Amino acid sequence: MFVPCECGGGSAGSDFKGFTLLVPAVSVGNVGQLAIDLVISTLGMTKVGYFYTDCLVPMVGNNPYATAEENSMELSINAEVYSLPSKKLVVLQIRSPFIKNKYRPFCQTLLSWVKSSKCARVILLSSSHAYQCNDEQLLGTPLRYLLTPDLEKAVGGLMQELNWKEMEKVAAYPGINDTEKVLHIPGGGITKLLFTESCSKEIQMAVLLKFCSEGDNIPDAFALADYLNEWLQLVQSEVSASNNSTDASSQWKIPSSWRLLFGNGLPPALF
Amino acid sequence: MATFFGEVVVAPSRAGVDDDEEAREETPEDREIRRELEKKREIDILWTLKSGASTESSADELFACSQFIVAIGRNAAAFLSSFILDSVCWEVVGVVKLWNEWCRTTSTTNVLPTDSFCLFYRLISDPTVLLCQCSCYVAEDQQFQWLEKVFGCMQKEGLQVTVLSTCPVADYKTQESTLTLPSPFLKALKTKEFKEQVCCPLLEQPNIVRDLPAA
Repeated sequence: MFVPCECGGGSAGSDFKGFTLLVPAVSVGNVGQLAIDLVISTLGMTKVGYFYTDCLVPMVGNNPYATAEENSMELSINAEVYSLPSKKLVVLQIRSPFIKNKYRPFCQTLLSWVKSSKCARVILLSSSHAYQCNDEQLLGTPLRYLLTPDLEKAVGGLMQELNWKEMEKVAAYPGINDTEKVLHIPGGGITKLLFTESCSKEIQMAVLLKFCSEGDNIPDAFALADYLNEWLQLVQSEVSASNNSTDASSQWKIPSSWRLLFGNGLPPALF
Repeated sequence: MATFFGEVVVAPSRAGVDDDEEAREETPEDREIRRELEKKREIDILWTLKSGASTESSADELFACSQFIVAIGRNAAAFLSSFILDSVCWEVVGVVKLWNEWCRTTSTTNVLPTDSFCLFYRLISDPTVLLCQCSCYVAEDQQFQWLEKVFGCMQKEGLQVTVLSTCPVADYKTQESTLTLPSPFLKALKTKEFKEQVCCPLLEQPNIVRDLPAA
């Protein structure tokens, strides 16, 4: 499924042993994908290959991270892999929805690629419908995390230090039996499947998600990228002088493809 | 999501996320139905060999092909019919048979412009030039299959592929309003291996191409 490409720096290569893999879930508001766009664009990551897959709707366009005329002509497709060896980071960006009944095979292939490429851990960026929040979830932070048992051993303590909130389980049969709890991530796309499969395959995976709704999801993407940054420290967080809080938002670079997200200019004849 | 009137509705997600899919476990009957549907949605390519006999496409003989022009959609197919194709210089060499909810094509090569069809033609004076007119809609789950089966029959060394397609002007993303744009207009996408001069400007971000032309 993974096809390495000859483009980009020779040192980038396709050796991901020990790397951290970032993957977005195609989920409500496309927040995971937008956050990944911010990471790739800000860190200037190099494309090292793509996934040749029949599981995603085909699409193609010119370089979405173009900064000038010269680098704007590289084709870009629906599932591409970028890497930054200096931070041992490899990122998969997914740009189109799953074809019906194909999300399961995609998850299987993705997880076997994770194992064969010997990535140290996977971080899945996702989101969930805000309207499904219960009363406690409506208060406080809308950001949550999940860790597979194998990753819990490695970084569980760090999550405590960061004061992060673990995603709550909900009753399997609400109102009837409140003791049996299950993981429920409405609007999360393949998040739950990837997470449960990773648990059983002993893959070190973390899920970082944000409760949100459809609309202008750019602020949600920034929030999720900042959340990720608290852990991975990918960009410098500026200490804001006014309220003494660390906020990396201003450090993320919006890619040129985010132009015109909400439509074209208006016809002058309208006025 | 609560609406203005206080009713709670399930909001559709732009991301195409469907909760029903993950909730349901597949029963053996579901699996059987799905397999039958998949079989029905399979694409068949029937090539007419030199001898004139029709045969199912197989992997053994690859077409020597230097130029492959694919016209996808009714407008592009009509363009080829009006300006390129004629019965003197071009011969039909293949047809695609497929079915989906939007259209069905048959194995006949004698088609009307209003039919849904997908035909392959070869230039008689240079048999390495192949042309495809695809006026039928190839569904999402069939696009990859179409791609693999068509290109699986061709020698890909030294092959130049040109894809012709159309999109509504209203889908074009630009700073000005599309009302003031002089239309129709041409835009192109090319791979870095394509070294020749392109006859029109390149497609700017954030515009993209999807479905069969993208595949």
